[in-house]
Amino acid sequence: MLRRLTLILIPYLWLLALFLVPFLIVVKISLSDVALARPPYMPQLDLAAGLSGLKDFFSQLDLENFWFLTSDDLYWKAYLSSLKIAAFSTLITLLVGFPISYAMASARSEWRPTLMMLVILPFWTSFLIRVYSWMGILSQNGLLNSFLLWTGLIHEPLTILNTPTAVYIGIVYTYLPFMILPIYATLEKLDISLLEAAEDLGCSRLTAFWLVTVPLSKPGIIAGCFLVFIPALGEFVIPSLLGGSRTLMIGKVLWEEFFNNRDWPVASAVAVVLLLILIIPIILFQRNEQKNREAGQ
Amino acid sequence: MKRTMLSVTAALALSATAAAAQEEVHVYNWSDYIDESLLKKFEDETGIKLVYDVFDSNELLETKMLAGGSGYDVVVPTGTFLQRQIAAGSFQKLDKSKLPNLKNMWDVIQKRTDTYDPNGDYSINYMWGTTGIGINVDKVKEALGDDAPVNSLALVFDPKNMEKLASCGVMFLDAPTEMVPAALTYLGLNPDAHDKDSLDKAEKALEAVRPYIQKFNSSEYINALANGDICVAFGWSGDVLQARDRAAEADNGVKVEYNIPKEGALMWFDQMAVPVDAPNPDGAMKFLNFIMDAHNAAAASNYVYYANGNKASQQYLNDDVIGDPAIYPDQETLDHLYTVTPFDAKDQRNLTRMWTKVKSGT
Repeated sequence: MLRRLTLILIPYLWLLALFLVPFLIVVKISLSDVALARPPYMPQLDLAAGLSGLKDFFSQLDLENFWFLTSDDLYWKAYLSSLKIAAFSTLITLLVGFPISYAMASARSEWRPTLMMLVILPFWTSFLIRVYSWMGILSQNGLLNSFLLWTGLIHEPLTILNTPTAVYIGIVYTYLPFMILPIYATLEKLDISLLEAAEDLGCSRLTAFWLVTVPLSKPGIIAGCFLVFIPALGEFVIPSLLGGSRTLMIGKVLWEEFFNNRDWPVASAVAVVLLLILIIPIILFQRNEQKNREAGQ
Repeated sequence: MKRTMLSVTAALALSATAAAAQEEVHVYNWSDYIDESLLKKFEDETGIKLVYDVFDSNELLETKMLAGGSGYDVVVPTGTFLQRQIAAGSFQKLDKSKLPNLKNMWDVIQKRTDTYDPNGDYSINYMWGTTGIGINVDKVKEALGDDAPVNSLALVFDPKNMEKLASCGVMFLDAPTEMVPAALTYLGLNPDAHDKDSLDKAEKALEAVRPYIQKFNSSEYINALANGDICVAFGWSGDVLQARDRAAEADNGVKVEYNIPKEGALMWFDQMAVPVDAPNPDGAMKFLNFIMDAHNAAAASNYVYYANGNKASQQYLNDDVIGDPAIYPDQETLDHLYTVTPFDAKDQRNLTRMWTKVKSGT
């Protein structure tokens, strides 16, 4: 009993220390006011002042910064634009990633470890350097343009760098392994006899794929989509290196609040809202899944 | 930017191999802003391990200073940022008894930096310069003819000129505190205005040329100018002159030139200061004193093409530095240079918001 309790306790402690506590600190800052000080917000929690200090501290917190976010359309536009970019990149990553996972899962078993290795291999180089190399590939005088000019397919260099297209390329490239791996994991375990049964019962290979393979790989697809969508939504490095200044993303807005305006409270409010945008659909989704599962039983 | 990445990696590699017991000084300076042989020289002379990191925006540095615990012993904010960070309590007073080389400093510059840091209690001047126009001479003439207004703000703020320059590439600094004073100067307004009305006018001027600007960035234009990828950059004097040098070294036929706009230009001062929680303030003083040595200050300026605030170093400067009016302006140009003051929180928000609007259209 005690052992079981400890086992359950460890992940909860982990979540508490590395997610809940930092999040509460961010919430606290989002309720504060900006100040010219170090750190640049007030009130500061003064534990030495005792209970009255604590009361004083809480009385100074308010929701002003959240109201502020509604007063300027910049924030909503940035949230929407980020959602759009994240959703589209997730879709493209899925369309590219699924066939790769499928091919990997259908490959001969002695090949699979090598293929798996090839998917993971890019992680051995720093993420920053890989995104940086895309600048060299996509720029006006870059590898891609030089190649296309050489083949004669184009006569004027294409402008790709500093456009939304470059951001999509960057996100899809960077997060592709996170889509491939979970889908591959579910496809690999797929029982071939189910497909044979479907074909025996008169399904064409395509229908069998659609009616059997896809539904059975759903957990992998969902996990992959979450793993791509969530980091893409808050992505900052890729749009700032590959995107032009017209690619509006919430990560960049957050950066500007934090670094240019030195307004940590508003920056924290932006982050809290971002988290709510992410968490609410996930909770709804999981609840729905659970209901389906219970209905299935 | 590529060099920046390299030096960061180099600094990290150096710091990783440092023995735990050895004394260290951590310096955080602008990218492409020192003759790197000076770093080795400092280590040889003092036996202190120097860990050198770089940044390319005042905002990044300021956030580290306001958060505290940066771990740096010497940082290099620009005057206006320095003033605000002093007010926030980010820096410690210099121990002038450990800085005998203060005698080398130049009173003319000291007088100007007193606006930001009275008496130099918290900082010494490292470099100073102007914000102006860098051009690829041949390409600009090709686009606008031989009488192109290369030494006027009209080159970059008149949409008629910018329309023709757009195809060969124009970059602006991604720093509203630099670009807005320039726009205000072009409009004949007070470059140091902070009020909403003036900012609105500056916004209109910037938006009028926005469609012709390829990118807002504060470090990429050095290589872009040198490689011929762009033909105009509104940037910092020494950066443009470094681009000129890189193009000459590469012998790629690109001729780069820097001009101080005749309508007036922003004069800025990068100051070395010591964070209040510096782990090794003693080592920091040694580094500041080392930098204020006449030979070392001259070596740094000769390398980065920025003027320094060190009078004694002037006899050791190369002719193409001390003799270049784009670096050490003559009295007439100097009279046209202006300085600006920091923005308070409310005005800063207006400024940033306006800058986002100019850049993203939202």
